[in-house]
Amino acid sequence: MSRIGVFVCHCGINIAATVDVERVARELGQDANVVFATDYKYMCSDPGQQLIKDAIAEHDLDGVVVAACSPSMHERTFRQAAGDAGVNPYRCEMANIREQCSWVHQREPEQATEKASEIVRTLVAKVQQDEELAPSYFPLTRRALVIGGGISGLEAALGIARSGYPVVLVERQDHLGGKMARLSGTYLNFEAAPGLLQRRVEQVLSHPHIEVMLQAQVTGLDGYVGNFQAWVADVSAREAGEPPAEPRRIDVGAIVVATGWDPYPLNRLPEYGGGKILDVVDGLTFEQMLQPGAEIRRPSDGRVPQEVVFVQCAGSRDPERGVSYCSKVCCMYVAKQAMLFKQRVPEGQAYVFYIDIRSAGKGYDEFVQQAMEAYDVLYLRGKVSKIFARGDRVVVWGADTLVGRPVEVEADLVVLATPMLPGSGALTLAQTLHISADGYGFYNEAHPKLRPVESLTAGVYLAGAGQGPKDIPEAVSQAGGAVAKVLQLFAQETMVQDPTVAYVVEDICSFCGVCVPACPYEARELDPLRRVATVNAALCQTCGACVVACPNKASRIHNWEPGQVLAMADLLVK
Amino acid sequence: MGIPYYPGCTLSTKAGGYDRSGRAVAAALGMDLVELPNWQCCGATFPLATDNSLALIAPTRVLYEAEQAGEQVATLCAICYHVLKRTQTTLAKDTEMLERINWFTEQDYEGRVEVVHFLQLLRDQLGWEALAERVVRPLTGLRAAPYYGCLLLRPYNEIGLDDPEAPLILHDLLRALGAEPVDFPYNIECCGSYLTVREPEISEGLSREIVASSREHGAQVLVTACPLCQFNLEYPQRATGFGRTGNETPILYFTQLMAVALGLPEEDWGMEDHYVDPRPLFETA
Repeated sequence: MSRIGVFVCHCGINIAATVDVERVARELGQDANVVFATDYKYMCSDPGQQLIKDAIAEHDLDGVVVAACSPSMHERTFRQAAGDAGVNPYRCEMANIREQCSWVHQREPEQATEKASEIVRTLVAKVQQDEELAPSYFPLTRRALVIGGGISGLEAALGIARSGYPVVLVERQDHLGGKMARLSGTYLNFEAAPGLLQRRVEQVLSHPHIEVMLQAQVTGLDGYVGNFQAWVADVSAREAGEPPAEPRRIDVGAIVVATGWDPYPLNRLPEYGGGKILDVVDGLTFEQMLQPGAEIRRPSDGRVPQEVVFVQCAGSRDPERGVSYCSKVCCMYVAKQAMLFKQRVPEGQAYVFYIDIRSAGKGYDEFVQQAMEAYDVLYLRGKVSKIFARGDRVVVWGADTLVGRPVEVEADLVVLATPMLPGSGALTLAQTLHISADGYGFYNEAHPKLRPVESLTAGVYLAGAGQGPKDIPEAVSQAGGAVAKVLQLFAQETMVQDPTVAYVVEDICSFCGVCVPACPYEARELDPLRRVATVNAALCQTCGACVVACPNKASRIHNWEPGQVLAMADLLVK
Repeated sequence: MGIPYYPGCTLSTKAGGYDRSGRAVAAALGMDLVELPNWQCCGATFPLATDNSLALIAPTRVLYEAEQAGEQVATLCAICYHVLKRTQTTLAKDTEMLERINWFTEQDYEGRVEVVHFLQLLRDQLGWEALAERVVRPLTGLRAAPYYGCLLLRPYNEIGLDDPEAPLILHDLLRALGAEPVDFPYNIECCGSYLTVREPEISEGLSREIVASSREHGAQVLVTACPLCQFNLEYPQRATGFGRTGNETPILYFTQLMAVALGLPEEDWGMEDHYVDPRPLFETA
């Protein structure tokens, strides 16, 4: 016989307004294995937790069931309380009678109460067979790998290194700086990007904790959070046509992926003469003409252009021919480029075709207004339909939808504000790192609101435009967030591994191997010497796929044993 | 082996020269176009109403007849091609609509037949190189501007013949015939289409710009696959009277240029009914 305590929570009125919590406690109190049952307004509050601790001491309980919200809310809270009072934390379970009962059955209080009692009974049956478990601990490598040497990667590397941890920064190109090195004056104050960047690059290169690997690529990754083994290959040999050197193994505990973006190929915009007309360029090309020391000249004949047309959303927000998303930075950089052009060519005229202006950000809209009012940039609200050459000029057909008329501009130079694409190679890298990417190839964050700098693989964090189009301040902020996540990880003494993971009953494992591909986390391997399947507990996420796949029932999860699941099911289908 | 062929109404009447030259070049290339034994009008416009089932009946009857004849049906007329191809893709996706139409027509169209344009057969089955080898009278020096219009190419996700913004299929054909394809910015601008019936001044204005632009770029002729484009581009030029000003541009079907290049006799060219007579261009010295 067990000595189990049942604690039914009202959750204010969240549960109690629907479920008759007193009745649930009363009914469960009659169970032969339950020696104490009660209800309370907020079990998760300090007095609620104290109530549990006192009951454990008073009734000498050996198991606890808290009937309340989802275990993802408070399992940790109650296990901690049970452990403090001397009950093994893994013999404390939660019965979810809020999300799975009171919230969804508000119109059926009677049946909801019956269902709540049933749910609690199943957990009472489970706790009886719960083993006393203890978490395991393993060491942690306090070194980080940063992939990508653009502004996000530089920021991430510096942030981690300045906190005292070694960093390996891997960059595919032969120099640091990424796309920012190709930019001119930045919005909002026209401060030159190369200057801003150069300070960061020097800080990175001179930092004793940062090792920079140029012309290098991550080609493999083993291990798990806290204990990754990354394989980094030198790509300079391959580019020179020589046989590649052996990849170097680097042990790290955390990874920041900051691979950035690539420009949209101009030849995907034939309707705008992209790739055909020399004087139709993209924003990044025009940036280079605006860099300090460079000159604004037409690629075709080197003349200084007098009339420049900027086309916003060229290939963006176009589900049929381009990409559906908005790249977010173009409204701002087009305004900036138009102003820089007017500063250099004061007698020139700049036109901007736009669908709408997206200038959300501190000081951003004022900046665009400055382009319109102080610099006389002519903003035309309408999409451009076609661009073609007429003699040595470039004809732009568009519309001014504010006056309802088609517009033709004969320009000297056309700048297409094309979408930001994920970096080439992002998908390959995502596969290597076991992280996911969306349909465009941007890395997926673990949660769009609450976990925006984490990937779904523990220990792999995201920064910069590889996760989605963003401008410099946003990339820097995200890098800072990723740094904070890495430091949180590194602040732990050791890595804690929850014990409720899969294991193999080796006596009945037939070495068939079906569990290996069944595991989505690559946590299973075959041991050819002992001829059994093994589990890497650090990678296991307790999903249960291997348990279902195993024909011999050799694959199991601690405290989710077949006997427990059957005992729970028996109560429901009696 | 013959290819089931749907001529359509216009090619049986006003655009007889397109039909005649098309059949002649197909035969010369061993790709005989075999007219469907029993066909009717395709409807001439693809219906875009919320409930377009009634208007889809006519093209579906054509597809049913075609299905009895084989797996493919070829067209020359860009409008028939557009209507039939879109009907095919619509019914492939909307089985409920297919059942509804079959219930009404008491026919059993299964949705298997594939609508192809003759240009597609030339590109994908014969190939431009093979075509070039068959040319006996290369159109060397002829500056011909391909004019694609709208219906042959759009909407891409239903038609899929060529890139609607940067098409090349007529360019490639002209190159295979030895002519010099002339690129001009209006080659995918609309000619006005059926506005020529109710508001001819609109389509005449559009056509004038198209023809003028092709001339600015040095074109001697415009080449099309659509009888309505052909009419809209050519008819407004009638007022000047051919040969009086020397400022006219003949508007040719691609099959007519093929007939010349393949060395077919002049009666196969089908050029006698043009408002702007193109034949002087091909007079042998």
